[in-house]
Amino acid sequence: MRRLLVLGAGTAGTMAVNKLRPRLPESEWDITIVEQSDTHYYQPGYLLMPFGTYQPKQLVKPTARFIPKGVNLVKGEIDVVKPDENTVTLADGTRLEYDYLVIATGTTPRPDQTPGMAEEEWHRSVHEFYTYEGSKALTEKLKTWPGGRLVVHITEMPVKCPVAPLEFTFLADSFFKKKGIRDKVEITYVTPLPGAFTKPVSAKALGGMLDARSITLEPDFMIESVDNEKKAIVSYDEREIPFDLLVTIPLNMGADYVAKSGLGDELNFVPVNKETFLSKAHDNIFAVGDASDIPASKAGSVAHFAMDLFPDNFVRYVEGKEMTEKFDGHANCFIESGGGKGMLIDFNYETEPLTGKFPFAVVGPMPLLKESRLNHLGKLAFRWIYWNILLRGRYLPIPSHMSMKGKVPAKDA
Amino acid sequence: MPVTTLLDREIHVDDEGFLTVYDEWDEALGAELAKQIGIEMTDEHWSLIRFLREDFKEKGETATTRRVQAAGGVPAKRQFELFPKKPAKKMAYIAGLPKPHGCV
Repeated sequence: MRRLLVLGAGTAGTMAVNKLRPRLPESEWDITIVEQSDTHYYQPGYLLMPFGTYQPKQLVKPTARFIPKGVNLVKGEIDVVKPDENTVTLADGTRLEYDYLVIATGTTPRPDQTPGMAEEEWHRSVHEFYTYEGSKALTEKLKTWPGGRLVVHITEMPVKCPVAPLEFTFLADSFFKKKGIRDKVEITYVTPLPGAFTKPVSAKALGGMLDARSITLEPDFMIESVDNEKKAIVSYDEREIPFDLLVTIPLNMGADYVAKSGLGDELNFVPVNKETFLSKAHDNIFAVGDASDIPASKAGSVAHFAMDLFPDNFVRYVEGKEMTEKFDGHANCFIESGGGKGMLIDFNYETEPLTGKFPFAVVGPMPLLKESRLNHLGKLAFRWIYWNILLRGRYLPIPSHMSMKGKVPAKDA
Repeated sequence: MPVTTLLDREIHVDDEGFLTVYDEWDEALGAELAKQIGIEMTDEHWSLIRFLREDFKEKGETATTRRVQAAGGVPAKRQFELFPKKPAKKMAYIAGLPKPHGCV
């Protein structure tokens, strides 16, 4: 019996076992997945919950419900991987052996990594929305916040769902307008990047949207600490930005066991081949989803396109054949822009997000990098798609490789 | 790909002036690039530039501020003092390496 061990039953890990179980005969392959949480969270909902779009209970389902028959689900916290012995030890001492290991334990916000961030003002005037608890706490805060200086802040790239901080900012603008207190709120968007976004075409479009909403952009800001007394964030080059409400995206890091096992880079992400996800250090270890160091967005959409290719590659690899499918870094994201509208971006390792139309099967073309009601509805529809199609490894009619069809080239934008 | 002339040599650069060919660089060129962006190089500056060159050779990617702190042992605060405002970008520029990629 050959043994495949998957670490983490989040978006990528759950899709992996759903797609691999039918491809690997049960008489030859034992598949086990390890997860510490009983609950699977719909993470895209964390962005919308603070504004009342979702109730907390709409974002949770039992982890076990999405693990297919014939896969062992082991509940536990991972302590260490010993790649030279091909074993994984859990915190309770359980020892699991593997022939092939797939690391899918994602990325986690780490406010403890910035001095002052997770201290006395944490969940008082300093908030985040990248965890279920954090998003719930912010929901409560926004219900009664009278206005003042709202600072939306990114600690350092990469972060999970890199457009979410901008979306949060647009949604906040819209939320305060609806509440009738927009004139009492000063919004500043603080980023370590040189602009609203890294790539020129979208930086221009999104930067313009910040201007149109009277949102101040503070670029090139590398945070050193949060000053709890002054209620300000302080950068290495000694800029200070005062806040009444700070919504920060803390440093994102891979799991600590990755570092302990000697498998990670300085942010605990696993260095892999960006086309096949095979570890650069071990020929029987893969890292998928946010846990790897591929230079793509850390996002469910990237995990999804990657999972269209990975299972067939894996099957070929364990048969001693070449991995013929090459991942191109494809990502496709709806961006909420407030007021019941949204935008769509579609890009990969080589091609930046462009304007034009995206040819969706069935529903028809959707505008790219442009606000529309249809894109907002697409975002809302995605929750159903996630629970019912994506996680279960069912077919979704969007090609896994990016296509230039409908896009306007950057030079013409 | 643009070509520029520095110290009477033809050098391949990108649109922002970052060198694109690893082996076209040497320390004389580094000193010239530093002068262009107003950095006066000391031994401490050079030790960082040498770290970036070696690290790139090994990893194939330009070290970020965090990596220079973790693997190079120079605190971020010090990097900002040595290369004001945008240390990662300035170090890469002087070291003849691609701009460190901020992911989308």
